[in-house]
Amino acid sequence: MIAGSVFQWIAFVLTALTAIFAAVMVVTRRSPIHSAMFLVLNFICIAILYLLLNSQFIAIVQVMIYAGAIMMLVIFVIMLLSVEEEEEKKRIICSSPAKVIGILLVLILFALLIYGVGVQVLPGEGGEYTPERIAQIGEIKAVAGLLFTKFLFPFEVASILLLVGIIGAVILSKKER
Amino acid sequence: MLSSIPPICYLIVSALIFAIGAVGVLVRRNAIVIFMCIEMMLGGVNLTLITAAHYLHSLDGVLMVFFVMTVAAAEAAVGLAIFVLLFRGRGTIKVDEINLLKW
Repeated sequence: MIAGSVFQWIAFVLTALTAIFAAVMVVTRRSPIHSAMFLVLNFICIAILYLLLNSQFIAIVQVMIYAGAIMMLVIFVIMLLSVEEEEEKKRIICSSPAKVIGILLVLILFALLIYGVGVQVLPGEGGEYTPERIAQIGEIKAVAGLLFTKFLFPFEVASILLLVGIIGAVILSKKER
Repeated sequence: MLSSIPPICYLIVSALIFAIGAVGVLVRRNAIVIFMCIEMMLGGVNLTLITAAHYLHSLDGVLMVFFVMTVAAAEAAVGLAIFVLLFRGRGTIKVDEINLLKW
């Protein structure tokens, strides 16, 4: 039990630090391709955190959809547009008063977030899906059971949304003639 | 004596990732990088939802993350199509040169 807990702490600290490092690199790299690569690293670290939180389904979906599909699309578009090396000489952070004000506002937002989560950690009643129960029925089975009963309507709306997204992307990128 | 990880650690990590993503959205000028920062903020929010789902013994947060990912996928498809369209029309995707709607 102690060994498992120590392993959890080590894995958590390493992945959390890597995720934050990758997030900082996404913002500060000049080349969009480098940003995209660090974003993939960030997504994979978040997937490992999901595994530590005992939700394997979302971890796999995160790697497949975010790190796989969406980032592939983003990198494809970056290469397609041959984005010029912008902001060459200027520093990215703190190069104009507007940026400094923006960063200050985000710091205030971050302080509020920390205050919000620190003042009362996760209020609310516990649900019925304890880890033992999830291990008993299987996580994917439990998620699928909820998806097709309680969340059936959002599920159908999501399918329509994806269809509309596909049609919109095709119509937008079609050449006018 | 080391106990298991308290939820506040996960919440702080997700708040940090969200804040860094917000800095990126405000500071960067390249539309694709801004888009990637928005995806990163969505990742931070998803981590909060999964943490709440795990520590409150409920699966609603997991389902919520599932729908957030669906919306993110649709958003990626439409958003990148718009970037391609913008680049074709104006030859740049730097957001301060795209002032079509500015008065």
